[in-house]
Amino acid sequence: MSLRKEHELHHRRKGRNLGVGVLLASFVVLILALTMVKVTSSGFKFPNSSADSQQTEG
Amino acid sequence: MTDASINASTAQSGDAEFGDYFALLKPRVMSLVVFTALVGLLAAPVSVHPVIGFCAILFIAIGGGASGALNMWWDADIDKVMVRTRKRPIPAGKVDGGEALSLGLALSGLSVIMLALATNIMAGAWLAFTIFFYVVVYTMWLKRLTPQNIVIGGAAGAFPPVIGWVAATGSMTIEPWLMFALTFMWTPPHFWALALFMRSDYDDAGVPMLTVTHGRPSTRKHILVYTILLALLAVGTGFSSIGGALYLATALVLNALFLQGAWKIWRRDEVACEADNFKVERSFFKLSLLYLFLHFGAILFEAVLKPYGLGGW
Repeated sequence: MSLRKEHELHHRRKGRNLGVGVLLASFVVLILALTMVKVTSSGFKFPNSSADSQQTEG
Repeated sequence: MTDASINASTAQSGDAEFGDYFALLKPRVMSLVVFTALVGLLAAPVSVHPVIGFCAILFIAIGGGASGALNMWWDADIDKVMVRTRKRPIPAGKVDGGEALSLGLALSGLSVIMLALATNIMAGAWLAFTIFFYVVVYTMWLKRLTPQNIVIGGAAGAFPPVIGWVAATGSMTIEPWLMFALTFMWTPPHFWALALFMRSDYDDAGVPMLTVTHGRPSTRKHILVYTILLALLAVGTGFSSIGGALYLATALVLNALFLQGAWKIWRRDEVACEADNFKVERSFFKLSLLYLFLHFGAILFEAVLKPYGLGGW
């Protein structure tokens, strides 16, 4: 049986879930922007890992 | 979801609103953290990419908010007693203490790691130390132990400009410590003035405020002494590389007013205070809010105007 009438509790949870969702989405955008800035900065170098060199040799 | 939870008429653990969790982060304190950290970051003699600068301020603010949540978790018992703090989410029954602890710990870890990644390790380490100092040294250890609690708490609140500066430069010089000292020396007279006209609050909670342990005349003397030292420091900062003509003029005017207020507080007795409902103490407290904002605002102006040949010496 479905619950038709929305309780005040549902409003509270909906608001909270929405807030967490917006925060997470904003965090993803922020990390993307930060990564772009770091990667495109003049001093940036890709790390030379052993896996990279093995792939290059192979 | 169960029917039992739907039938509940009052808020249960885990059913707080989003705003209740935000309130755990002490937004008003966070605004001071954001402002002073921003001044520290912009006063530094290097240029910071706007996105990195934004991230630095954001994560410093989140770190400050996390320590606020941990403070509320630990102090829930005394917050329940004091009128000023009675409506905070935990004593009001909106948020469970365990939730505040989890939120505080999670945001502490997140903010420290993200600040270190976005700027540098040293800035992350300073933020971690600030959270530790505020939560463990101040809140858990010394707040309920010594009447100098406000002085110690003031140190924790004074770190943000230092972290902002380190986030920008990756190194340490004397200038961020001058900003640290400004907030550090400002905090005692600011809070002791509050304690003078909110005395029953601290008495009821059993927090060893100076007004309770050493008496009110002694508190008035402490306010005057700290204000004199603060004035020397604030005016002296005007001659450093973060100062300038505008800052010096601001400092001279504000410190003259602040010293005048502290002098009046020292000269007053309880009868006069009761008669005018602590008028002088209240106006001194209001002035103290403006005092810190304008000092840091002047440092910010000097820093912003410097590239145009206007700010600084």
